[in-house]
Amino acid sequence: MKNKIEKQNKKGRWSGLYFLGIVIILYLFLFCLNFENAYNSLKASGDILVKLIPVLFLVVFLMGLLNYFLKPKAISKYLGKGSGARGWILSVLAGIISHGPIYAWYPLLKELREQGMRQGLTAVFLYNRAIKIPLLPVMIFYFGIAFTVILLFFTVIASLIEGKVIEMFEC
Amino acid sequence: MKNIKQEDDEKQKNIGFILYKSFKSFCASLPVLIGVVLLLGLFRVNVSPQLISSIFSGNFFRDIIISSVIGSISAGNPITSYIIGAELLKEGVSLFAVAAFIVAWVTVGVIQFPAEAAILGKRFALKRNLISFVLAIPVSLATVGVLMMIR
Repeated sequence: MKNKIEKQNKKGRWSGLYFLGIVIILYLFLFCLNFENAYNSLKASGDILVKLIPVLFLVVFLMGLLNYFLKPKAISKYLGKGSGARGWILSVLAGIISHGPIYAWYPLLKELREQGMRQGLTAVFLYNRAIKIPLLPVMIFYFGIAFTVILLFFTVIASLIEGKVIEMFEC
Repeated sequence: MKNIKQEDDEKQKNIGFILYKSFKSFCASLPVLIGVVLLLGLFRVNVSPQLISSIFSGNFFRDIIISSVIGSISAGNPITSYIIGAELLKEGVSLFAVAAFIVAWVTVGVIQFPAEAAILGKRFALKRNLISFVLAIPVSLATVGVLMMIR
């Protein structure tokens, strides 16, 4: 099991580097074809990265705390196979209160998965990131309170359906 | 003389060491995260809200599918999806299509897919994004359907 995880990590690391390499080559081409567009895109990426840094620090800190206080046994109790309704509710709530862009949370979820978190609960967490409490006033402003409340209700329901379906096709 | 197991246990209890270990494991995901940020920069500069709204046709079912597809390949702050959604409503696009667009924007991530696949596994990322794409349509139908019933 441990060997399998190590193999997967190694594979993931290489595919990550290949992916970054392809994006850099894309930028190099764009710099040759349209310098201004490539420069503006790079500047926009810089802006995104600056906003992302505090969230990344928060994620590393949470990963550390999680490793310090939660042992694999506890994780499988709360988010593992026998977690039951408590696991689903925890994943919904964690998805709603988590902050920042979705991709910043992948490393933390990977760590939790390696310690026994269910695939379905990972999916529930990611789906519920659609509900962002600080952004609700903006949604209400544009679409009204009734639309917002109903959409949030169906988002939670859909997240649970997604989690169940993913576990059905788990192998 | 302390044995190796005791030393290992003490190391594991040291919060500094654990934070360092977490940082190291996080760094392994950095190349893919930086790649996604660079793609988002390209998206932000090259895809405007006007370009998105020009794609809709006025056909009820086609617009729902189109909006889910566009929402899936779009990325960025959800507020941007609300603003574009409100603009689409003003231009006569149905609330069903706008709801599907908003849901797909946050639940499906085509641009983030390489990162999700590299970190959480290709099979999981593929399954999750496909199911999220399909679910965007019933979520929008149910939301606007209930809204119409209570009004």
